[in-house]
Amino acid sequence: MSSTTVAGTATPPSTSRSVRILRRHGWTIGVFLLLIALVFYWRGQTTLKWGPFDVQSLAIDALPLCFAACGQAIVILSGGIDLSIGSMMALVNVVSARVMLHMSFRDAVLSSIVIVLGAALVGAAIGLTIVVTRVADIIVTLAMLFVLGGLALAVLEVPGGGAPTRYQNLVTLDTVLTHWLPSALVILFGAYTLMWLTVRRTRVGLALYAIGSNRNAAYLAGVNVPATRVLAYAYSGAFGALGGLALTAASGLGDPNAGGIYTLNSVAAVVLGGVSLLGGVGGLIGPICAAFVLTLVKTVLILRGVDQNYAQVIQGALIVLVVMIGGLVVRQKGKS
Amino acid sequence: MAAAPHPASRPSVRRLASDNPAAVLTLVFIGLFVATDIINRAQGDGAFLTLKQVSTTFLYAAVLGLMAAGQTLVMLTGGVDLSVATTATTGAFVISRFGTHGSAEAILIALAVGLGIGLVNGIGIALFRVNALIMTLGISTITLGLLTVQAQKQFTALVPNFVVTLGSARFLTYVPYDLLVWGPVAAVIILGLRYSGIGRMIYAVGDNPVASRLAGVRNWQVLLVVYALCGMLAAASGILLVGFNNAADLGIGSPFLLPSVAAVVIGGTSIFGGLGGYAGTILGALILTVLDSLLTILNASQALRQIIYGLIVLALAAIYARATAGGD
Repeated sequence: MSSTTVAGTATPPSTSRSVRILRRHGWTIGVFLLLIALVFYWRGQTTLKWGPFDVQSLAIDALPLCFAACGQAIVILSGGIDLSIGSMMALVNVVSARVMLHMSFRDAVLSSIVIVLGAALVGAAIGLTIVVTRVADIIVTLAMLFVLGGLALAVLEVPGGGAPTRYQNLVTLDTVLTHWLPSALVILFGAYTLMWLTVRRTRVGLALYAIGSNRNAAYLAGVNVPATRVLAYAYSGAFGALGGLALTAASGLGDPNAGGIYTLNSVAAVVLGGVSLLGGVGGLIGPICAAFVLTLVKTVLILRGVDQNYAQVIQGALIVLVVMIGGLVVRQKGKS
Repeated sequence: MAAAPHPASRPSVRRLASDNPAAVLTLVFIGLFVATDIINRAQGDGAFLTLKQVSTTFLYAAVLGLMAAGQTLVMLTGGVDLSVATTATTGAFVISRFGTHGSAEAILIALAVGLGIGLVNGIGIALFRVNALIMTLGISTITLGLLTVQAQKQFTALVPNFVVTLGSARFLTYVPYDLLVWGPVAAVIILGLRYSGIGRMIYAVGDNPVASRLAGVRNWQVLLVVYALCGMLAAASGILLVGFNNAADLGIGSPFLLPSVAAVVIGGTSIFGGLGGYAGTILGALILTVLDSLLTILNASQALRQIIYGLIVLALAAIYARATAGGD
């Protein structure tokens, strides 16, 4: 048994490798192609010369949602859901903007690491609450959405604070090697590699998939189910913190209400990214692509002069439609 | 897994609680009320435990009670409706937009719009098998966007007197008019869930969709009806809400979203479906309303309110889960 059969569907050995990859990652590839198509459409729409600057601005806009989608994806893969991630981002946003206001660049980076670790602990505490009280994930995280949101308001009632300019440049200005590769993207994929890619194929990573796929079977196979569930929420806390730090760096401000949209949008990105809400199926690349798609759809619509509120309507309709079509596809597959 | 084994012979408090969840909830409600009374007296603001305050609690609770009614039905089928708050806001908006046409027409349009939103949810969830969370969140986003666009247009906003009376006045000194809406709705839902065919089917679908399908239930029809009803009840709660506030704004419904889910959960309805009922939800709505008064009396800041509210909802849900869960 290859390690990924836990996540994907079992395929007969006779099919060729390329067919198998296509079948397993078909949805992710589809979302990626949609993203490419959107980028070309976007390029056609801009009247000024489209260039590295546009790529940079897209990366800045999408970065917080990408991190939120990563955290949400890991929790959903493990069979839970984290509705508190938006408030976690807001809390980290205001805390970081407050502590970093007069800091040097080096201290700001160091405190970022401390904040991410702290947020992972808060996430673990949320997971522990779910495991110990046996209250459903959705209820506990919905309550924590309020608690963390309240804490964010307590830290900073109105938008304020700040971050060192060099720290902000890390997300908003710097590029790596070529002008076409914004450092925001490098940070995103650095975090992805460090935090997920190194873990995914290990026992721990497989356990995350296993408890999402079939909790009883995982338990019988010797997986420590409670600990793995706690770990999933710790991941969500850490990625949520990265999202909050991205907000701080991108805006140079702390805003207690900044996290509001990210709970819904992270779930939307995860579902669009091909992760099953039932758990156990999917990865992080799909949700990251979907986060870019969602961001870009709004950018393009506003660029075309569509009222911002209609842009929201269209974005919502797009999410619902894609998921509906996805549902139909699954049904057809089930019939054949 | 560490299931807590309890010898059936031992008459523990937990057993008593699991046999009479309604009694426990009533005790919590009364306890909170007395606590609020004590704190209010300690602050030198006089008694809280008065007929007038009891009446006010029911007046406030009706909005949440109606919104949580639809939520109860949906959660009994194993789903959740996160669009109830924006649907209520829509109901409120329709009332103030069509208020000049007379209250009857405005109310009918508001209910019809609510029903329509619920039907869209139902079609997505029942026919296209979209996850309820995603569908209702998506519909909520769409509705709020459309409302925002509409709100920017010019129109004479008017909340008809009839609606204002319904949402905020009392008769016989102590009886809020909104009980005339909430009472019958509650009776129909409680009796309907227990005795009607569709009521039993709602439990069946929530408990085991495969078994109910094999027993001849058309699950999709049940789900469609449930989400449509939920939309209409949410719009009805929006009507009471705009009557109480006397004006509609875009954020009028949103503070009720978490409480609508919390009231159902505190009331003992399982989020996984098939277990619970509306009587518990009513008590849940009353408990949350008193809790809100308590936080107001304590003069808590918005931040503190949110934190305490979340923690208490969590604590109640945890205690309740512990008290009622026999095994798992």
